[in-house]
Amino acid sequence: MTEKTLERRAAMATLLADRPQNLFVVPGLGSTTWDAAAAAGGNDDRDFYLWGAMGGAAMIGLGLALAQPKARVAVITGDGEMLMGLGSLATIGVKQPPNLFLIVFDNGLYGETGMQASHTQNGVDLCNVARACGFERVLDVYDPEGLTVLAGMLRKSNRMLFARVRISREDAPRFLPEKDGVVIKDRVRKAVALLG
Amino acid sequence: MTDAPHLTLVKSAVTWPDELFDVLKRADIRQVGYVPDAGHSRLIALCKADPDVHDVSLTTEEEGIALAAGAWLGGQRAVLLMQSSGVGNCVNMLSLVRACRFPMLMLVTMRGEWEEFNPWQVPMGAIVKPTLELCDTHVTMAESPDQVVPLAQSAAQIAFGGDRAAAVLLSQKLIGRKVWK
Repeated sequence: MTEKTLERRAAMATLLADRPQNLFVVPGLGSTTWDAAAAAGGNDDRDFYLWGAMGGAAMIGLGLALAQPKARVAVITGDGEMLMGLGSLATIGVKQPPNLFLIVFDNGLYGETGMQASHTQNGVDLCNVARACGFERVLDVYDPEGLTVLAGMLRKSNRMLFARVRISREDAPRFLPEKDGVVIKDRVRKAVALLG
Repeated sequence: MTDAPHLTLVKSAVTWPDELFDVLKRADIRQVGYVPDAGHSRLIALCKADPDVHDVSLTTEEEGIALAAGAWLGGQRAVLLMQSSGVGNCVNMLSLVRACRFPMLMLVTMRGEWEEFNPWQVPMGAIVKPTLELCDTHVTMAESPDQVVPLAQSAAQIAFGGDRAAAVLLSQKLIGRKVWK
């Protein structure tokens, strides 16, 4: 098991750099929402920032991906949020949406509640869970080269994938996007409508 | 594994599931999330057989709340089919509906309400309506076949016209007593 990790803000910035118009992001409750906001330098209309609904990010991504085949949908969430919706990996594995990319920033910690250990630092391997749920393309990303490969797939791949991005345990400063859920929802819907 | 026998459905004396399917089609429902359920079995089979509907089998009902929210973000309407026990699984996820004012249509087959043989179904069945109402959901109950279509149409209008959650509870009187064989 490698000890290499990536810094979360830089990793998110790399994944979303020069973002194509049709790349939508569902970041999970907590740190990945702050990471996405930081990468956008504030707010991006194509991000559905989650301030709650823990465990729901992957399924929100599935509904969006099924509804809008022209969109590329990246769910980028944390290990704690993914563990709360572990069944959704099975549900998505059955549906195999080609335009859904599930990315977990894994530091083995619940960051928002005070850095308590999650199951992923105690033997639970989300890559293996994803494989067992029917994800054929599974990436374990821990260095800049792997991140570049993943960023490329986000733009070009037409196959569902699961990626674990091993991130370091340093907490990043809070970077808060829009908090009003109605505003966030309406912005995403307008951005979807622009796809035609 | 195949999902075979659902296409060989025999038209039965019970017609409300077919009528409910027509209501969903008229409401332009394009995604159906469900946890397999005896009371919803015919409606689920009709949805699976329709190429214009994404049918999504869920591991737990709260996945369906999140799915329907995502569908709406992408411009499609969804419905969640579940049994009364599933309502309890949805409580926190319904915060998403209220915080963002998502439309959310739910059709709930009741257990623990009438002629129930399993006492373990009673605790959740008994609190479905107040639980949903605490979660800011508009709730009605269909107790006879002639009530199903008007209540479902109304719920669809309340959900998609009013940007909120609406549920129709389908009484055990519609589904009949479960028979052990």
